Amino acid sequence: MASVTQNFMKLFRGSSGSTQGQTPQPAQKLTRRSSGLGELSRLWDSDTPLCVLDLGSTSPANIRFFTERSHKIYSEDLLVASTEAHLVTKDEQGNVVLDSRRFLADNLQYPAAHFDVVLCWNLPDYLDESLVRPVMGRLWSVLKPGGMLLAFFHTKDAGPDSPCYRFHILDKDVLEMQRIVLRREARRGPTGALHTAIGEGFRLQRVFNNRHIETLFRDFASIKFFLARDNVREVLVVR
Amino acid sequence: MSAPLSADLAQIGKSVFIKGELSGSEDLYVDGQVEGTISLKGNSLTVGPHGQVKASVEAKGVVVQGKLEGNIQASDRVELRKSAVVTGDISTQRISIEEGAFLKGKVDIQGKADKAAGK
Repeated sequence: MASVTQNFMKLFRGSSGSTQGQTPQPAQKLTRRSSGLGELSRLWDSDTPLCVLDLGSTSPANIRFFTERSHKIYSEDLLVASTEAHLVTKDEQGNVVLDSRRFLADNLQYPAAHFDVVLCWNLPDYLDESLVRPVMGRLWSVLKPGGMLLAFFHTKDAGPDSPCYRFHILDKDVLEMQRIVLRREARRGPTGALHTAIGEGFRLQRVFNNRHIETLFRDFASIKFFLARDNVREVLVVR
Repeated sequence: MSAPLSADLAQIGKSVFIKGELSGSEDLYVDGQVEGTISLKGNSLTVGPHGQVKASVEAKGVVVQGKLEGNIQASDRVELRKSAVVTGDISTQRISIEEGAFLKGKVDIQGKADKAAGK
């Protein structure tokens, strides 16, 4: 009976490895199982080449993973792009915000219904408030109908200092998480400008609850949550 | 890092700025600035650590250590070294990307059959 209960709890907790209680060191790498990625993995054996958009830091492992399977991978680091100084503007109340129109003119410039899969990773949690909804709107439009988007959200138990990770795909449902510690040179974006605002890494901007997440993806056809033990909810949405 | 010396290697030094169409039949090392197009069909292009290239590139092999803005079409291989900052689509048969390289664009691995079919 005990084993049934344990298995049941395991099912609920998801299959993710725990990082709770650990203080990751700079550039430390952790591995975790990802139920959301595992759910997507049945697509990778498709005979038709897929178009995959990876919105995390450039990952040689991810590029290798998809190109070895004859899929096309697009890499675009939206967090770094969001730190371009020319995006800073003021809204009608005089608050400092980022110019989402300009951001979308510089980034995510793809034809409509172009991608089969978007790997969003933890982008919504670390992206500036003024960019979150416009970016999700654009992602909806560049996904094909039936296309899937994977995103990770911290739960309320995650502290404000939860480190921002980059994600490398090791296997169909295994990710390597590498804490983002940006060197001075690595903070140079395509324009050559230094992203001084980033400091050592990106800060968690907010914690979405389930209702916020459902609202964020309200234009999508379906949404599936996977709870993990490391204060993260994985969310898989279908356009 | 200095450019490897070779009799069959043309070099564009740090202080040189070229705007226009560059083509040739020897390997090219760019550590300066180039804007336009670069066509080295049977040869290789290396963008050095100080190199800033804004051009579409067609070559057998491409190695990037500096900045390259434009599409890369390589008939053999592309290497992005750790200091590389590339904005553009890459089409090649083989690719190697070092940890720390920055890429904004598509990677499309073309098999020989794809190339022959013009895909």
